[in-house]
Amino acid sequence: MNKELSGTTVDVDAEGYLTDPGQWTKEVAVELAKEEGIELNDRHWKVIDFIRKDGAENGTAPNVRRITKIGGVPTKELYELFPGGPAKKAAKVSGYGKPHGCL
Amino acid sequence: MNKVLILGAGTAGTMMANHLRRELSPEECEITILDRDNQHLYQPGLLFLPFGKYRKEDIVKKRDKFIPNGVEFRLAEVDRIDAGNNAVILDGGETLRYDLLVIATGSRIVPSECEGLEGEGWHRNIFDFYTLEGSAALGQFLSTWKGGRLVVHIKEMPIKCPVAPLEFAFLADSFFKERGMRNRVDITYVTPLSGAFTKPVASEMLGHMLSDRQITVVPDFDVERVDAAEQKVISYDGREVPYDLLVPIPTHMGDLIIARSGLGDELDFVPTDPETLQSKAHPNIFVIGDATNIQASKAGSVAHFESEVLTRNVLHQLNGEALEPIFDGHSNCFIESGGGKGMLIDFNSETEPLPGQFPIPGVGPLPLLRESRLNHWGKLAFRWVYWHLLLKGRPLPFITTTLSLKGKIIPDLKENQT
Ligand SMILES: Cc1cc2nc3c(=O)[nH]c(=O)nc-3n(C[C@H](O)[C@H](O)[C@H](O)COP(=O)(O)OP(=O)(O)OC[C@H]3O[C@@H](n4cnc5c(N)ncnc54)[C@H](O)[C@@H]3O)c2cc1C
Repeated sequence: MNKELSGTTVDVDAEGYLTDPGQWTKEVAVELAKEEGIELNDRHWKVIDFIRKDGAENGTAPNVRRITKIGGVPTKELYELFPGGPAKKAAKVSGYGKPHGCL
Repeated sequence: MNKVLILGAGTAGTMMANHLRRELSPEECEITILDRDNQHLYQPGLLFLPFGKYRKEDIVKKRDKFIPNGVEFRLAEVDRIDAGNNAVILDGGETLRYDLLVIATGSRIVPSECEGLEGEGWHRNIFDFYTLEGSAALGQFLSTWKGGRLVVHIKEMPIKCPVAPLEFAFLADSFFKERGMRNRVDITYVTPLSGAFTKPVASEMLGHMLSDRQITVVPDFDVERVDAAEQKVISYDGREVPYDLLVPIPTHMGDLIIARSGLGDELDFVPTDPETLQSKAHPNIFVIGDATNIQASKAGSVAHFESEVLTRNVLHQLNGEALEPIFDGHSNCFIESGGGKGMLIDFNSETEPLPGQFPIPGVGPLPLLRESRLNHWGKLAFRWVYWHLLLKGRPLPFITTTLSLKGKIIPDLKENQT
C-alpha cells in the first residue's frame, strides 16, 4: 500500500514502515517521527544520519549494537530519543523496515 | 600447485573439504583443513539434550572421520590471519601459506557481553543451551527442578538457529506436561524483537501457538543487565522480568582470531559479499557459515546451500574466472513444537516462510509452516542426514540450492496484516 507523507507518495507496510528505503527524504522522516510521537532534534538527526549512511553501505539498517559502537550513541541515550523501542523506531524514522527474525 | 586452506572443521569447513576434494585432484591442488580440537558436535542436538532426549555420545563424533582422503587435517589453534602476506600463523609461530583461504570458524556465545550473566547465578540457576557444557548442566538441573518461573531470554540478534529459543520454549512446555508439573511452571519468552514471530504470514498462522501453550511473550526488550541476586532481568526502559530459572541466549560473536586479524565487524563477523561469499576486503579469502556477516540465518542448512555456491566460486577464483553471484540466503529448517510434532520452514532473504508442501509441490510429504508429526520425524532424521549427507557435501534429495516457490502458497492476509 502507499501513502502520502509531506507531499511525497511512499510505499509502506501494514505497520507504516517504508518498504523502499530509496523513497526516504528528510521531510518524510519528520512525518514518520510524528507518527511515533517524536519531535526530531539534533540528537535524533545524529542517529538518523548514521543509520542512513551505514544502511546505504550495507544494504540494511544497523542494529542497536552498531549504532552504539560505530555510531557512538550510548544505548541509554537511544532510549531517551526513541522511547519504547529504539531499534524499530529509529529504523522506521530512517526509512528502513523493523528488525526481524526468520519467522 | 594451488594451496587451499580451510579454517575450522565444523559444519561448513567439513562440507567444503569434501566438495573441493571431489572437484580438484590432489595433483592440481593441496587442501588443508584445521581445527583446534577433534570433537565434532552436532549442535542441533543441544536443543534436545536438556530434556533427556539425546545423550552426549549421540551428538559428538571425531572430526577427522568426516575429512576425506587427500585432505590434510591439522589440529592447531590459529593465532592470526596475515591477509597481506597470504598466510595463517599458528599458536607457536608456525606459518601456513595459502593461495586461497576459506574462513569457517563459526560463531561463539559471549555471556560477558551481558552484565550480571556470568556472576553468581551462572550454571547455578542460569544455563545456556548453546554449548555442550551449558546444555548438559541444564539437563541435570531440569531433572530435579520442582518448578517456578522459567525465562528464556534472547540478548540480541544475530544468533545461531534463530528459532531454537522458541523450540526450547515449546519443548519445555511439553516436557513439564509429560512430568505432570506444567501447572507449577510459568514460561516467559523475552525477546529484543517485536514478537516471537516477526514475519506477517508466520505471525498470522502461528501467533496462537504461544497463547495455546500459555507462554508469555515480552517483546521489544533490550536488556541492560541481569540481577542474579534478585533473580531478575532488567531492560533499559526499566522493565523487570523475574525468574527462578534463566535460560539466556547470549550475544554471538565470531572467533577471536577474526578480531586479532583485523578482519571483523563490530561482532567479529567477517564482512562478506552475500551473493558470492567472497570476503569484501580480500579477493582470495572466502567466508562460509556462521562466520560471515551476511543476513542469512546462522544455520547448518544455510551453510549447506552456501557450500554449493562457494565450491563453484572457489573453482572460478582459482581459474581466474568471474564469480557467480548466486547465493540467495536460502534456509530450510525444522522447528520442534513439542508433543511429538514439528513444523518446517523454507525461505530466503526475499521470500518469507510460506505455507505449502515440501519438497515436491502438491505432494509433500512435508507440510510447510504447519504442525505435523512427520515434521517431527524429519527433525529427528536430520541427525542422520547431517552425519551422512550434509557433512560429506552430498546433495539432499529434491532440495535445490536456491529457493523454489513451487509448492508454496502465498496466502491472502487479513487487512491489518499485509
Ligand atoms: C542449539 C542449537 C540448535 C541448532 N539447530 C539447528 C537446526 O535445527 N538446523 C540447522 O540447520 N542448524 C542448527 N543450528 C546451527 C548450526 O549448528 C550452525 O549454524 C552450524 O554448525 C555452523 O557451521 P559453521 O561451520 O559455520 O560453524 P561450526 O560448526 O561451529 O564450526 C566452527 C569451527 O571452527 C573451529 N575454530 C574456530 N576458531 C578457531 C581457531 N581460532 N583455531 C582453530 N579452530 C577454530 C571451531 O572449533 C569449530 O569446529 C543449531 C545451533 C545450535 C547452537
